[in-house]
Amino acid sequence: MVGFIFDGEAMRAKAGDTLAAALLRNGVRLVGRSFKYHRPRGVMAAGVEEPNALVTIGIGGRTESNTRATDVFVYEGLVARSQNRWPNLSFDVGAALGLAAPLFAAGFYYKTFFGPPKRWLRYEALIRRAAGLGPAPVDADPDSFEHRAAFCDLLVVGGGPAGLAAAAAAALAGVRVLLVEQDAELGGTLIADGGDLAAITTARDAIAGAGGRIVTRTTASGVWDHGFVTLSQRVAEPGQPAQLAQRYWQVRAKRIVVATGAIERPLTFAGNDRPGVMLARAVRTYIRRFGVLPGQRVVIATNNDDAYRTADAVAAAGGEVVAILDARGELSDVAAAAKTRFKVFANAFPRSTKGQAGLTAVEANIGTGRSTFAADCLAVSGGFTPVVHLHSQGGGGLDWRDDIQAFVPGATLQPMTTVGSAAGEVEAVAATVAPLTDPKSSFIDFQNDVTAADIDLAWAEGYRSVEHLKRYTTLGMGTDQGKTSNMAALARLAGAAGVAIPAAGLTTFRPPYTPLTLGTLAGPDGGGHAAPSRRLALADRHDALGPIWQPLGLWHRPRAYPRVGESLHDAALREARAVRIAAGIIDVSTLAKFVISGPDAAALLEIVCATGVAKLATGRGRYTFMLREDGMVMDDGTVWRLGEARYLLTSSTGGAERMESHLGYAHRVLAAQLKVSVVAVQEVLAGIALAGPGAAAMLERLIGAAPPAHMGVAEAVVAGVPVLILAASYSGERAFELYPAGDVAIPVWEALRAAGAVPYGIEALEFLRIEKGHIVVGGEVDGRTTPHDLRLEGMLRKAGGYIGASALGRPALAAPDRLQLVGLTAPEPIPEGAMLVARASAQVEGHVTAGGLRVLGSGGVALALLRGGRERNGEALIATSPTRGLDVGVTVTDPVHYDPAGARYRE
Amino acid sequence: MLLIDCPHCGPRAQSEFTYDRTLDAIVTLAMLPAEAMTTIYTRANPRGWSDELWHHRFGCRGWLVVHRHTVTHAIKSVRAW
Repeated sequence: MVGFIFDGEAMRAKAGDTLAAALLRNGVRLVGRSFKYHRPRGVMAAGVEEPNALVTIGIGGRTESNTRATDVFVYEGLVARSQNRWPNLSFDVGAALGLAAPLFAAGFYYKTFFGPPKRWLRYEALIRRAAGLGPAPVDADPDSFEHRAAFCDLLVVGGGPAGLAAAAAAALAGVRVLLVEQDAELGGTLIADGGDLAAITTARDAIAGAGGRIVTRTTASGVWDHGFVTLSQRVAEPGQPAQLAQRYWQVRAKRIVVATGAIERPLTFAGNDRPGVMLARAVRTYIRRFGVLPGQRVVIATNNDDAYRTADAVAAAGGEVVAILDARGELSDVAAAAKTRFKVFANAFPRSTKGQAGLTAVEANIGTGRSTFAADCLAVSGGFTPVVHLHSQGGGGLDWRDDIQAFVPGATLQPMTTVGSAAGEVEAVAATVAPLTDPKSSFIDFQNDVTAADIDLAWAEGYRSVEHLKRYTTLGMGTDQGKTSNMAALARLAGAAGVAIPAAGLTTFRPPYTPLTLGTLAGPDGGGHAAPSRRLALADRHDALGPIWQPLGLWHRPRAYPRVGESLHDAALREARAVRIAAGIIDVSTLAKFVISGPDAAALLEIVCATGVAKLATGRGRYTFMLREDGMVMDDGTVWRLGEARYLLTSSTGGAERMESHLGYAHRVLAAQLKVSVVAVQEVLAGIALAGPGAAAMLERLIGAAPPAHMGVAEAVVAGVPVLILAASYSGERAFELYPAGDVAIPVWEALRAAGAVPYGIEALEFLRIEKGHIVVGGEVDGRTTPHDLRLEGMLRKAGGYIGASALGRPALAAPDRLQLVGLTAPEPIPEGAMLVARASAQVEGHVTAGGLRVLGSGGVALALLRGGRERNGEALIATSPTRGLDVGVTVTDPVHYDPAGARYRE
Repeated sequence: MLLIDCPHCGPRAQSEFTYDRTLDAIVTLAMLPAEAMTTIYTRANPRGWSDELWHHRFGCRGWLVVHRHTVTHAIKSVRAW
């Protein structure tokens, strides 16, 4: 025996019991309270379709709420709690007062939206308190979750008789088989029906012997395209302490056999949700598989022959079959034969149930009469619904079968075959509909508390489509996704519409088949493993200086290097001033860098770059920018002619991957005839920018030669390391970018530090570039700005021929009220992101893209995009940020606030 | 997750590839402005078979033409551009 705890009470289970079986074994009939109305609910099913018996399992971070008691196998120490009840399960205030009922008729959410908002707020508080399931855990799960990829020739989903037979036959034929079963045991209906248990062992041995693989406690939760199936495996039971809790499989199968069986449908009548009302096959399963008799006096209500097997099981276990209510007017051979042993009534339907927290009596319509039977269990069978979920997820169509009153798999788009009960090999049923005495207590969707009355109401209020009905009533939207309720709802809707069920339509089956835990999906990728981290070659050098790190895509860059007691702002300003006064160094390794070489290198660059490249002299570089096909600026950077037919192109860090694909597209798709090679060297070369009035002298001492002129190229050796030197300036000062190989970058950085260069971060770089009026991709280059908007049109190559050239002539791009780049000045800092208005409450005319300050002077400067901004120098506007309560008076200026003539970087 | 049979690498999962565009949306360098704008903004968006340009971004970096059904995701052929 195994010890477990339910609602604080210690209980014993037999090894192999599900929690539902164990609760029934311990005489627990009341397991939870329903979602909306807090009605008492007990175990209804024996499989994953269970809508009622939802419990919270486990403690602390291992807590798993809304777990089906039928889908948890009891282990020593299992702790389970009932849900949605207060103060306790047997006495629930919400249910006692009937608080919820008037709130929750169909469409209750929508209806509360009408009227004043205050009313909705009041309703919301009530609804949130009254409706719900288990609470989400607060702590992190201490166990680990794993992902696995797998391949097989044949994936068989379902280890019942059909699945076992298919898997064994395939394995013996030499096919690589993977068989998955969501239960802990193979066998499916064989176990419940007292079938040939030896056949299970035979099949299992045959599969394993032929090299096939069988994985239990594993659910095929999703079928995707081209034979791709996701599986979720419970390595440990919910709440069970384990090294590895769950495993998520991604399987690519050449063929898929779906043998997922069928789910029994309940019947609709007043009080059909009372604990003690169970599915007939579930009753049989508890008896045969678990040795638990769910009731001593059992009434059976059915419209098919299958439930008669339950009568036999109850009788064999020593229970009393009080009556069999058969909905069929004409009894089948099976039913007629059962008359010798049981009281069988034709034309008989359950009408209502009696009892408080559990069933005590069943009232039935028999023919035109009425009878009441004392009973503690009512086993119902409304027929069987094939589990077509996986077939449908894979895009397959469904065919209606009148004889079983259910949909079966039709044509499929996948390499998939559905077999057994899932393919419709189930008992035929009689399509009888009994009149309801009280539709308001006749439940269709047990988990979401949707009654027949709700469906009637939705219909009366004009909801004709099944998709609308679903959303209006929340039918089928619980964690069980309507496994036991969809067909009854369709039947009710079709009845109201006066059409056949298939004409009423069907909602879409979507993955997952059963709920997945978030841990399963996250797998090992949680915490710091959510994304790979790209590490700078100089990361250790930065770390030694204690920087504030700034994530940029997958990279991390130093934002500033604050000294003790220094704020980010103060540190950045000190660093920026060091660049303006003396010399600073910044790690620019993350810039995208491409070596483009070959006889047609310039030709490729002139396709991608909107500026002239071909006339660039060897050893020289220039600023460049690239356009999208629609003429908007995509990225910018610099292009350098390193040799006769060899160029280096740099572009923005954030756009590196996009630029790589863009170059590939231009080269391989648009101009495949070009003889050119493109090599991405972003991570090969580390980059250090040295900037400031002292930079040239410092570099000259280090390389023992005159440094290159502005926009010139040189090769040199620093601290014994070969470096490529590009004399480019982003800060506005005389500056050089030094590119050593990444693995030998440290001595270069150290040499520059020793020479007195002050390290600065990207916050200081922002101050410098904003003051200098340099644009940045993601800021001023926001995907909606043209070269003209950004004042770059003078650099466009007149001859055209570059990507985006044909779009620039569009009239709309010449409109005078386009957002255009401007500078702003103010006596105080200008808030970034602020809107630009002429006066309070006036039309918004633009926004501040970047706010900085005069590094050596005083007052705020900013860059902004302003309607018709190029013609508005000198205008006074207000930069307003209502969310921050800031209003700053600004003056429109040219974007370049510092050294407009460029004298400082040319010297 | 589609399975795309790269002519260079063999069958690989969709996660290795990026979709780029349909072939009728390729703006060639020779196009006149009006033709280029029509190509960018007026596209067929077919329900059915479609010729698409895919990039084997995390594989051989090749550019491929995938003949794919936009409803069923069936792929009839994959060839190098």
